[in-house]
Amino acid sequence: MSDLKGIYALWYREFKVFQRERSRIVASIINPILWLLIIGGGLGSVLSFGGVDYLTFLYPGILVQSLLFSAVFFGVYIVWDKKIDFLKEVLVSPMSRTSIFIGKILGGSTDTLLQSAILLLIGYAFSVTGVLAGITFSVVSVVIACIFLFVTTVGLVSIGLIIGSQMESPEGFQLISSFLIFPMFFLSGALFPIENLPGWLTPFVLLNPATYSVDGLRGTLIGLHRFNLGVDLLVISIFSLAMILIGTYAFRKIKL
Amino acid sequence: MQIIEIKNLTKKFGKLTAVDSLDLTIEKGEVFGLLGPNGAGKSTTLLMLTTLIPPTSGTALVNNFDIIREPDRVRKSIGIVFQDPSSDEMLTGYENLKLHGLLYDMDAALREERIAEVLRLVDLTGRKDDMVKKYSGGMRRRLEIARGLMHHPEILFLDEPTLGLDPQTREHIWEYIRKLATEKNITIIITTHYMDEADRLCNRLAIIDRGKIAVLGSPDQLKKDLGGDIIRIRIKNFNRESLAGLDYVKDIQKDDEGASVTVRDASLHLQDVLSRTGPVESVEVRPLTLEDVFIHYTGRAIREGAPEGGWAEKAMQARLRK
Repeated sequence: MSDLKGIYALWYREFKVFQRERSRIVASIINPILWLLIIGGGLGSVLSFGGVDYLTFLYPGILVQSLLFSAVFFGVYIVWDKKIDFLKEVLVSPMSRTSIFIGKILGGSTDTLLQSAILLLIGYAFSVTGVLAGITFSVVSVVIACIFLFVTTVGLVSIGLIIGSQMESPEGFQLISSFLIFPMFFLSGALFPIENLPGWLTPFVLLNPATYSVDGLRGTLIGLHRFNLGVDLLVISIFSLAMILIGTYAFRKIKL
Repeated sequence: MQIIEIKNLTKKFGKLTAVDSLDLTIEKGEVFGLLGPNGAGKSTTLLMLTTLIPPTSGTALVNNFDIIREPDRVRKSIGIVFQDPSSDEMLTGYENLKLHGLLYDMDAALREERIAEVLRLVDLTGRKDDMVKKYSGGMRRRLEIARGLMHHPEILFLDEPTLGLDPQTREHIWEYIRKLATEKNITIIITTHYMDEADRLCNRLAIIDRGKIAVLGSPDQLKKDLGGDIIRIRIKNFNRESLAGLDYVKDIQKDDEGASVTVRDASLHLQDVLSRTGPVESVEVRPLTLEDVFIHYTGRAIREGAPEGGWAEKAMQARLRK
């Protein structure tokens, strides 16, 4: 595999840039905390689901929310790379398009997962100080949570890259991706149990990969779940794999 | 020895034919210029030769590899400096070069050696650890030229290499380009809007208009073929007929203020021209330039300034990303 160095190169670039863009890191951490404290705190005084505090119920949902927003959003950088000629510099190198796509996924996933890691640490800190009650932070639960986070992220980064590869303006990207992100977020059970939604929405909930991600994480961390954890993992694995395949194809047909 | 052979190359975008059955051969070690008005098909040709977009029909051999069947090998043989900035400004100059070395599968020792070599060549060794966003436009351009050379390509494509740069920097970059062609025997293909650039750098050039080659030759030959001097006449009512059919008149370009007449030898024929046109407001005689050749073959002046959003503007947009 002569493309390994190139894949590393693309990851290296994303990682360096991510490290240097402090504001992006700070914003991506502060947003979920605000959600947790304001929505969680505010609704928590009147709501509770499944016998746990609303804040506790919400926490796995917020983990998925941060994945959704930062992983899909990562695709916008492809559009920016098109605006200048950086993308051509990469495409004109001897690397295959598949390897370029893999390098981009790794770069985007690293960014997103670092944010998740920080959120897990914050969750742990909240848990120790008693702000969050009833969350299991054991080695096993954290490892399983990380697997869920990783598999989901890869799929979501792919979605962002697919959209980015076909778009010519950041505004267009923004528009299309929010059409996707918001329904995925609201219909995932991140904010409330999916059983409470009107029946006609059920098919959308069941087709939404984020549903299984939220369910898996909530099952692992709190013990509340609707599906079997194996089923959750299987569904999001299939989803991510499908996105990788579509993305590889999209990169071959990338619009310059 | 031929290094590029373009055969019947065509690219259509919907109904528009951007490149129309182009045939062209470029020799090894040449500095070859592609000139043309905006939208003439220069950049499209470049994108096809560098395998970034597929041709609609026809093909080309680049370093003896077919651009359609062996794009990977073509890509290994070429370096390209794009029209728009293509370095990451959140990375240092050194990091941008390292990235390039990795993309071209160089191992660490070779990579470090080449980075040092090209940094010296473009005089950026002292600034290698600064982030690219702290570079001036000229420095960034030099960095990108250095990067294009790092993997020792057989052919280097330069798309508008000095667009929007100050005269000193342009001079500097021209020097490198000449040095590369003569000392390293790299074939250089350059697209440009600047006629003086083409005149000074290119061994041969092709003027492209509406996807076809309008004319091909060395700058001197092209000028010689067209004539000797330009007589610029300002006159109220210019009558083309008054100068038609004269054997020393090579070309007449009429415009709002009068006309530009290309003649074989102005010192001999000025009197005759003026006596035929009648009283003029003013007259000016100058030797023919490549710009005149360009106007003759394309029927329009090359537009001054940047094509579709200049380099500086794109760099600004890129900055907004951060």
